[in-house]
Amino acid sequence: MSRIRAFGAFLYDFVIGDDWRIAAGVVVALAITALAATWWILPVVVAVMLVVSVWSVARAQP
Amino acid sequence: MSGTQWGLAISVFLACTVEGVEAVTIVLAVGTTRSWRSTMTGVGSALVALAAITAGLGPALTALPLGVLRVVVGGLLLIFGLQWVRKAILRASGLKDLHDEDAIFERERQAAAGAGGVGEGLDPYSFTIAFKGVLLEGLEVVFIVLTFGANQHDVPLAAVAAVIAVALVVVAGVAIKGPLARVPENTLKFVVGVMLTSFGIFWGAEGAGAHWPGSDAALLVIVPCVLAFAVLNVALIRRRTPARKAVHA
Repeated sequence: MSRIRAFGAFLYDFVIGDDWRIAAGVVVALAITALAATWWILPVVVAVMLVVSVWSVARAQP
Repeated sequence: MSGTQWGLAISVFLACTVEGVEAVTIVLAVGTTRSWRSTMTGVGSALVALAAITAGLGPALTALPLGVLRVVVGGLLLIFGLQWVRKAILRASGLKDLHDEDAIFERERQAAAGAGGVGEGLDPYSFTIAFKGVLLEGLEVVFIVLTFGANQHDVPLAAVAAVIAVALVVVAGVAIKGPLARVPENTLKFVVGVMLTSFGIFWGAEGAGAHWPGSDAALLVIVPCVLAFAVLNVALIRRRTPARKAVHA
């Protein structure tokens, strides 16, 4: 069981990484893109997610 | 070769160079400190495991319909690439420690030296550290080769770019007999992150049913835009936090 858990933790770290919001944002953006069939949604969401992610680290610094 | 194929080959080459440098640092640190025979056994075992993973996943991926492949793999590539870009921005902004092969080599060497004596037979420490190091860095190489190659329907080109990169790094590591600290790893990681993210955006949107203006030529706009956006964020964070101490983020 612990090996399965360790493998799951490895997969999570490998694919999702330090900030799960980026992965969630990409999945949501792909779903919206599939519904709207519009190219610009994905780059806009990627830009927003990247800003949110890096600036949350920057703002957390004293 | 088309522009997209050049983009594929360069991205895979740079990504594999970075991963190769990291793996070579670990292998050299353990090999020179403890047992070369056990270390190389670990390296060989990891390569066999990677070959098996590639043989299993490669045909499965290329058998998927292109639309499904591009949305799933493009999405994974995008998430993966954004991790690289995020870390690269934080490193370039001074919010995260820069990757330092000399420091990593020294840390691995000290850990290897302090891990007890080396017996007659297989040294479990050398084997395990070399196996894990090569397997983990190699998995990233396999992931990048398969996702790029399968999406572009050109796994052989991606594989050739990867083999050349890894071979060059190994030859350089053997020649120098030390960490390849002069490879501009942080800059390479920044570039690779931008490329992975750009291709992920392109393929992900196409797989989801969107059509890019200009088709493949859209990549010529996406790549510079992603790069400029990342550089802009670095500049803005640096301006806001000029003397901030790096942290592990």
